[in-house]
Amino acid sequence: MFQVPNMLFALPEMLMLGMACVILLVVAFAGERGTDWVYGLSQLTLLSTAVVVVWFIGDGGLTFSDTYIKDSLSDLLKLFICIVNMLVLLYSMAYLKARKLMQGEFFVLAVFSTLGMLIMVSAYHMLTLYLGLELMSLCLYAMVAMHRDSAVATEAAMKYFILGSIASGMLLYGMSIIYGVTGSLAINEIAQAVATGSGDETILSFGIVFLVIGVGFKFGAVPFHMWLPDVYHGAPTAMTLFIAAAPKIAAFAMIIRLLAEGLIDLQHHWQDMLVMLAVLSMIIGNVVAIAQSNLKRMLAYSTISHVGFLLMGVLSGTQEGFSAALFYTLIYALMTLGAFGMILLLSRQGFEAENIDDFKGLSERQPWFALMMLILMFSMAGIPPLAGFYAKLTVIKAVIDVDLLWVALVAVVTSVIGAFYYLRVIKVMYFDKPVVEHKLEAGSAMQIMLSANALMVLGLGILPGTLMKICTIVFA
Amino acid sequence: MFAELPLLSLLIWLPIFGGMLAIMLGDQRAIMKPFALVVAALTMLLSFGLYAGFDSSTHQMQFVEKLPWIETFNIFYHLGVDGFSMPLIILTTISTLLVVVAAWEVIQHRPSQYLAAFLIMEGLMIAVFSALDAVLFYVFFEAMLIPLFLVIGIWGGPNRVYATLKFFLYTFFGSVFLLVALLYLRHVSDSFAILDFHQAGLSLNEQTWLLLAFLIAFAVKVPMWPVHTWLPDAHVEAPTGGSVILAAITLKIGGYGFLRFALPIAPDASLALDWLIISLSLIAVVYIGFVALAQTDLKKLIAYSSIAHMGFVTLGLFIVFDIFANASTGSGAVLAIEGAMVQMISHGFISAAMFLAVGVLYDRMHTREISAYGGVVNTMPKFAGFAVFFAMANAGLPGTSGFVGEFMVILAAFQANFWFAFLAATTLILGAAYTLWMVKRVFFGEVANKEVQSLSDINRREFWMLAALAVIVLLIGLWPAPLLDVMHASVEHLLTQVSQSKL
Repeated sequence: MFQVPNMLFALPEMLMLGMACVILLVVAFAGERGTDWVYGLSQLTLLSTAVVVVWFIGDGGLTFSDTYIKDSLSDLLKLFICIVNMLVLLYSMAYLKARKLMQGEFFVLAVFSTLGMLIMVSAYHMLTLYLGLELMSLCLYAMVAMHRDSAVATEAAMKYFILGSIASGMLLYGMSIIYGVTGSLAINEIAQAVATGSGDETILSFGIVFLVIGVGFKFGAVPFHMWLPDVYHGAPTAMTLFIAAAPKIAAFAMIIRLLAEGLIDLQHHWQDMLVMLAVLSMIIGNVVAIAQSNLKRMLAYSTISHVGFLLMGVLSGTQEGFSAALFYTLIYALMTLGAFGMILLLSRQGFEAENIDDFKGLSERQPWFALMMLILMFSMAGIPPLAGFYAKLTVIKAVIDVDLLWVALVAVVTSVIGAFYYLRVIKVMYFDKPVVEHKLEAGSAMQIMLSANALMVLGLGILPGTLMKICTIVFA
Repeated sequence: MFAELPLLSLLIWLPIFGGMLAIMLGDQRAIMKPFALVVAALTMLLSFGLYAGFDSSTHQMQFVEKLPWIETFNIFYHLGVDGFSMPLIILTTISTLLVVVAAWEVIQHRPSQYLAAFLIMEGLMIAVFSALDAVLFYVFFEAMLIPLFLVIGIWGGPNRVYATLKFFLYTFFGSVFLLVALLYLRHVSDSFAILDFHQAGLSLNEQTWLLLAFLIAFAVKVPMWPVHTWLPDAHVEAPTGGSVILAAITLKIGGYGFLRFALPIAPDASLALDWLIISLSLIAVVYIGFVALAQTDLKKLIAYSSIAHMGFVTLGLFIVFDIFANASTGSGAVLAIEGAMVQMISHGFISAAMFLAVGVLYDRMHTREISAYGGVVNTMPKFAGFAVFFAMANAGLPGTSGFVGEFMVILAAFQANFWFAFLAATTLILGAAYTLWMVKRVFFGEVANKEVQSLSDINRREFWMLAALAVIVLLIGLWPAPLLDVMHASVEHLLTQVSQSKL
């Protein structure tokens, strides 16, 4: 008998879809003149979605024939995705205007891509997951390519698209193998089939390989990281910020749904794979970042190393590890947002503040924002009392608790290597003389939010307890 | 009256918030410097409250504060002091006050940030000494690097960037192993409390790895040969205040780490590996003593002499195992640990005085080359008096605090092994050689050049700054009993911990 699915569980997504269509119409009819309206509408969409998420926080369950889930994990991640993307749009506005990229299409793509992320977060069926992933990714590819006249941006978009498609292909292949063995695409049914041991484990592990490759590509873990520096570097900074922050939260949901909820009983298979990815990511990411003179590229490699740390939490396969990885993801998003936000803040008409040298003497030109960048860099390096330290602490603790001491040692040694390039940014800001004088062009809203963003990193460093507790409750 | 106040929290947060306020006041307001001075003085007075209210009959932690901080992991805001940490806290507050006074009219470039950095660092260092929770300890232990990194990098000499990066990366490299060790200990003992770590049952293999991790972390801080190379660089480039804090306090955190972590947590491994640490300490005393002899830069000379003196601290801490093996009574072991502690406190004051004295000269001449000086006593008689006194104290002249610590450690070393004592005692010759030769070249003889001829003697501010230190150095030298009394119970307790095998 046909049952009406519980639509309430997907209310945020439906709201966002409806608003996205409205925005599309406004863009189509209002044209160039309406971009400020479109910006406002997009922010309103994200805000109202966040409000809906908070409003219906708590009860949850499966819906749409068990393909869709609403649980505390999805609530938390959705809330963060919306907040992060609101900040992304806010930070990007002045930059986009100065480069004549402030077009309605950007906002349409941003909202649709956010919708894709929300679907990924709530997907409890491999097809739904794939649907969300592709919706997000296709919008991102288009976004990178928006700067049509820029050769680097086009190249970056091409690379992103081709490598992203390969990753999707791998993921699909892995899903099909899992389907072949377990006879289902629903996460809970797969988990059941694996638990009862009805499928051939060798073939399942084969499927896991492809799933891990797909997820590795989306995260940018070594050795599937090749696209990441080029895309981060080539894309206009606003787009880089968009790609760097929220999609990682969605990718985290993907890895949790697939490996931690679907295939937890095969942990002995995927743990070793993730150990390789994590260790290589931390080493390659941190070592190669030292050689970069372009800040965006440096942050790209730093992202790779952060992904390695994040995977450390996941690979431990314990509730504690998952909540540590969740905590890491959220803190990472916050720090990345701030760091790219600083590049956007200092960029102006015809000038991209994307080289490390462009930060020279910032402490004399802009003492306040130099301090904010100092907080962000020390946090990324994992120095207490900043949030990045606790993120590292929790994931290292997670691997030590499952007796993977050597992974913890690799992690701490590479973080020392990593400290060097973060310190270099601080060095040019504080110890070098300024080369150019300039005023900030960004509006006060952005300045305030960026400051709040960085101060949040400090605040969470002094009192990390609450967020950690939330992250633990989600997986309890 | 001090029992009710959360004295330790006040000591930590008063200078930190005071420092932030100083930054907000900015360089332009005349009130900023007096404000910083008041904050530093108030902190110092409060720290005397610790001494006044301290019960020296027990090894238990006192002035304990315990609040939940990160409940998920059972991490607490847990503070307390015993006979080891309390004197070091007082050392911290006195040194910081002197640094503020020393900076008064000397620092022209962003003075508010300079003073704020030292005030904030003071709070962090007090927190390191009083933290009883491993994560809390580590947080402050690392956080301390940030202000010091900026102080050397912003106000340092020509090669400051190299020096400060080296300093930061060296110490950071050391401390990450500490983090892994602490997390491992939590895994074993299921608690983050340092005192619970002391109870943790560990196999020799586990203890050995833990000890090596502690050794990397704290040996870099102390610094022990061969991981000492960052120190001369950092000292030479650092501004006077940076050198003072670096020598007087941050080095002590290394010694404190051995006392608080290495010895009680891994006694069996310490016993098994004591030859390693004793050899490194003796190399520091003898070899670095010779290195100091060859220096042409005043600050470098004092830096190397610091390394040699800190060698006594690590020597004193680890010869206890040999004393246990040789002597039936524990009195030699008590002497060794107390000697190490006295040496830490005394070196804190003497090195602070030496660096401040070099700062006085540098402010006038803008050079630290020994060869640029000569006959300073003719133009700066009052200053030369102080400088010669501190140099004597550094060389271990009886009657000064420098003598007490070294003498106790050497005496104890005789009970361990004659050759340890013999090698350690060479410092009496080497230390005298490099300090007195330096004194001869800088202060005595004919006036070397026109710059020296035009030197003006110390002003009132500098006089009182040096006089205060001279009084302290003399006091500890002549009457060390008050200092020894407060630490005695803690030392006894440490020795029972160390003598009981965990195996």
